[in-house]
Amino acid sequence: MFRRSLRGPSLAVVACALALVACATTDGAPAPAGDGPGTGGNRRALPAGLDHAANPDPFPSTYAPLPRENMAIVGATVFTGTHQRIENSVVIVTDGRVAAVGGADTPVPGGHRVVDARGRFVTPGIIDVHSHLGVYPSPGVTGMSDGNEATSPNTAQVWAEHSIWPQDPGFNTARAGGVTTMMILPGSANLFGGRSVTVRNVPSVTMQGMKFPGAPYGVKMACGENPSRVYGGRNQSPATGMGNVAGYRAAFIAAQDYRDKWDRWRETGEGSPPTRNLQNETLAGVLDGSIMVQNHCYRADEMAVMMDIADEFGFRITAFHHAIEAYKIAPQLAEAGICADMWTGWWGFKMEALDGVEENAALVDQAPGSCAVIHSDDARLTQRLNQEAAAALAAGRRAGLNISEERAIGWITSNAARSIGIADETGSLEPGKRADVVIWSANPFSVYARADQVFIDGALTFDRMDPRYQPLSDFELGQPGFGIAAANIAPGAR
Amino acid sequence: MRRLISLLVSATLLVATPGLAQDLTAITGGRVLTGTSVIENGTVVIQNGRIVSVGTGAAPSGARIIDARGAVVTPGLVAVDAGLGASEVSSVNGSDDLSNSANTISASFDVSYGLDPWSFTLPVARLGGITRAVVIPNHPGAGGGGHSHHVDDSDFAGVGSAGLQSPSLFAGQASIIHLAAGTEILVRPRVAMVAPFGEAGAGIAGGARGAQFVQFKETLAEVRLYARNRAAYDRAAVRDLSLSRADLEALIPVADGDMPLIVTVRRAADILQVLRLADEEGIDLILDGADEGWLVASQIAAAEVPVLLTPIDNLPGNFETRAARMENAAALNAAGVVIAIKGQGVHRAREARFNAGNAVSHGLPFEAAIAALTVNPARIFGMAGQFGELRAGAAADVVVWDGDPLEPLSSVTAQFINGQQQDLNSRQILLRDRYRNGGRPAGGMPLAYGN
Repeated sequence: MFRRSLRGPSLAVVACALALVACATTDGAPAPAGDGPGTGGNRRALPAGLDHAANPDPFPSTYAPLPRENMAIVGATVFTGTHQRIENSVVIVTDGRVAAVGGADTPVPGGHRVVDARGRFVTPGIIDVHSHLGVYPSPGVTGMSDGNEATSPNTAQVWAEHSIWPQDPGFNTARAGGVTTMMILPGSANLFGGRSVTVRNVPSVTMQGMKFPGAPYGVKMACGENPSRVYGGRNQSPATGMGNVAGYRAAFIAAQDYRDKWDRWRETGEGSPPTRNLQNETLAGVLDGSIMVQNHCYRADEMAVMMDIADEFGFRITAFHHAIEAYKIAPQLAEAGICADMWTGWWGFKMEALDGVEENAALVDQAPGSCAVIHSDDARLTQRLNQEAAAALAAGRRAGLNISEERAIGWITSNAARSIGIADETGSLEPGKRADVVIWSANPFSVYARADQVFIDGALTFDRMDPRYQPLSDFELGQPGFGIAAANIAPGAR
Repeated sequence: MRRLISLLVSATLLVATPGLAQDLTAITGGRVLTGTSVIENGTVVIQNGRIVSVGTGAAPSGARIIDARGAVVTPGLVAVDAGLGASEVSSVNGSDDLSNSANTISASFDVSYGLDPWSFTLPVARLGGITRAVVIPNHPGAGGGGHSHHVDDSDFAGVGSAGLQSPSLFAGQASIIHLAAGTEILVRPRVAMVAPFGEAGAGIAGGARGAQFVQFKETLAEVRLYARNRAAYDRAAVRDLSLSRADLEALIPVADGDMPLIVTVRRAADILQVLRLADEEGIDLILDGADEGWLVASQIAAAEVPVLLTPIDNLPGNFETRAARMENAAALNAAGVVIAIKGQGVHRAREARFNAGNAVSHGLPFEAAIAALTVNPARIFGMAGQFGELRAGAAADVVVWDGDPLEPLSSVTAQFINGQQQDLNSRQILLRDRYRNGGRPAGGMPLAYGN
C-alpha cells in the first residue's frame, strides 16, 4: 500500500507485466529517471516533464525528523491504538521508532532517557484526516484563501500542496492539541477538487519540509450540495445531483482513455507520445489504485451511488468525509472497506447535514471491519479531536453501546491512519511504527486533558512546560500581544 | 457501573410522564452547583415551577424524589447568542429568522416574532443541559475570528452563520426564551440591541472604522433629536433622518441607557474605542467576542462591562484577532470582568459546556466556568435571581448530570424547566434508534415502517 504510492499511475502495473526487472527497481523507491516503456517498446526518453513516469515524485519530501533521543516513557496509562489499554506502561522509543510497548516489567535498554509519565496518559499521535491548514490558513484574509480552485467542476490537476502556506499558525495550535499527522485537502466546491497531501506536523519554511515521505496521494471528490450550488449558480453543469454524477463518470471515461493511450504508447512506441495531462494523470492514478479517493459525501444515498460509480470504473473509495449519514449504511461501508470520516457535533448547517447524529461514529464502529474516524475540517476543532471523540463515545454509551476508551481512541489514531493510507507507518504504538506519541496530562477523553509533550518520529516537537518547544510561525512574531504576559497568559501562548 | 445507572435513569425517564409544574419535587443527594456555590449531598426542592429551597435538609414529606446520589445538579444552562428557536437549517433561508436586510427595519428588527416553540433545535439543545437562551440577531462579524464555521463549506454554503450584510449599523433586538416543550417559549422580548463594530462594522459604514464611529454618533444624535421632537416629526417638521421611524423608536432606550447594547468587537484597540464611545454616549454596553480582550482586561473591568465570549477562539483568523488566546476567558475573569461563555451557534449550542471546560483547562476556575454558563448570563441580561441559579424563588430550571457537566463523557439524566420535567428525546435520537441496527430492516419491511 505504502510503496504503491511511489509508483506512477499505470506505469508500475505495465512495467511489472512486461519486465520483472522493472518491478524490482520500483520496489520502495521512485522509478529511476528515464524508465520508459517496457521491452519491445519505445525507449526514447521524452523531454523533461513530459513523461510522468520519468519523475513520478516531482515535489519530493525534504522532511527530516527533528533532533531526537532514545527514550522510555514510563508509568503512564497507554492507549496503544490497537484497542489495548496498558496501565503503568513502558513505551520504548529507539531511533524514532516504537521499539516496545508493555507493562512495568518491560526492560529499558541502556542509553534510553527515562520520561516519567506516572499519572499521565499516552496515545499515538493524533491524525486529522481532513484538514485545510495552510490552504485556508489563519489569517483567512484576501490573498490567503487558497483552498478551492472553483473555476471548473473538475480540477483534479491541482495539488493542495501548492497552496499550503507553512506559516499558518494553525499548525502550531494543532500540534499543541496532539496532532502529529494531517491530510490537507482542497475544498469541496468541485466534483474533483484536486490532490490531497499528507504532512508531518513540524514547523518548516517549505511545504516539502513537512511532506510525509512516501504517503499516498488522494484526490478530493465532492458529492452533493456544494458543487451543484457553485456551478449551478453560474448556470453551468453540474447544477443538480444528477449533473454531479454525470460529471464524475465523464471524468473517469476520459481518464481511462488517457491511461490507455499512454499504455499503448509505452507498449508499442508507435506514433507520437500522448500529451501529458495533469487532470487525467490524477484520475488515472485513481484507476490504478495508486491515488486514494477521499470523497466529501454527506448523505447515505449519495454514498451508495458513489460506490456504484467506483464499481463501474474499477476503482475503490478509501473514505467518505463528512459522512453525516454513514450510520444509515454502516454495514455496507464496512463490507466495502470504506472509512467513514465524521464529526460528532456538527449538524443542521445545510440540508445534507440535517440528519447528523452524535452517535454516528459509535454506530459505524459496530460493524465488523468498520473504519470509524473522527475528523475536523476546522482549524479550531483539530485542536480538540480527543474531545470530539469523547463526545462521540458518550453518545454511543447513551445509546447502550459498550465501547471502551481504548477502542474509541482508534477513531483519531489507527483508523485515521487507515483512512489516509499510512497505517503501516503510524497511528498505533506498535514495534516498528514511527514514534508519534502524545503524553497527556490526564485521560484524553477528559475536557481537562492537555497534551503535555508531543513527539513526532521520536523527536520532541511540543512541550507545554518548556517554552523552548513551543514554536511560533513567522506570522506570529511581533503581532499584537506578542511576548506580553498577563493574568493567566504566558508570552507565546496561543 | 456509572453507565449502567445512567441508562436505567434514562429508561425510567422515557416512560415517565413529564411532571406537572405544581408537583412538589425534591432532587436529593447530589453534588449541587448552585451557580454561585457548591453544596455536597444537597437537596433542591421545587414546586409550582419555582425553586422552593436549596440546602442540605431532608426532602419535604410527600415530595416526589429524584435520587441524584452520585450525580451533579446544576441550574439549567443559559445559551447565549445561540439563535435557538429562530433558525432550523442555516442554509435554508425560509427557515432562518435570525437576520434581516430591509433597510427600514434594522434596529427595530425583533427576533421574538420569529420564534418557533416546535423547532427541532430546542430538544437537541436541551440534551446539552440548556434550559434558557438569549436569542441574538445574526449580524456581520458574528461568526468569530474567521474560523468559527465550517471552513470547507463556508465559501459556498449560501447564507451561512456570518455571511449576511445588513445596511444598518444595528442588527436588531434580542429575546430571552426558555426551552420547555410547549407552545410559548418567549420569556422577554427586546432585552438588548445588537451592533457589530470592528471590521464588520467598518464594512457596513463604508470600509473604515473611523466612518462607523462617526456614523454611530450621528445616528444617536438623530435618535435623540427624534425623541425630543416626535410631534414635529409626525408633522414632517423635522429634517430628514437616516433611519426609519421604527428604527428611531427602537433606539431610544439604547440612547437613554435603558436597553443594553451588545457590541461585537474583537480587536483590543477597538474595544478601547467602544468603551470610550459608550462612556461618552451614556450607553449600557455588553461586549461580544472580545477576542483580544485580555490585552485590555483592566479597562473592561474598570468600565464594569460584561463580555460574551467563545473561549476556544484562539487563532488569528483575521487582523482583528491576532492576539487571540485560549486563556482569554481566564484573564478577563481574573481582572474582574463578568463573562458568559457561548456555544457554537444554533445547532451546536450544546457545546458551550465543552467551551467552558476548555476555559478551565486554560486557567479559568471551575466555579467561574459554571457561573459563566448560568448565573452570569442571567445577570448580564437583567434576569438575576429569576433563572440561571439554584436559589429559592428562581425558576425551577434544574439539570441532573451523571458527572461533571463540563466533561464530554457526562450526560444529562434529568431536566426540569419551570418545574416541568422534560423528555430527553430529539429528532436526532429518533434517527439514532431507527438506524441503530445498521439500517437493516427487520422482517423485510423498510425501516420507514418501524415507528
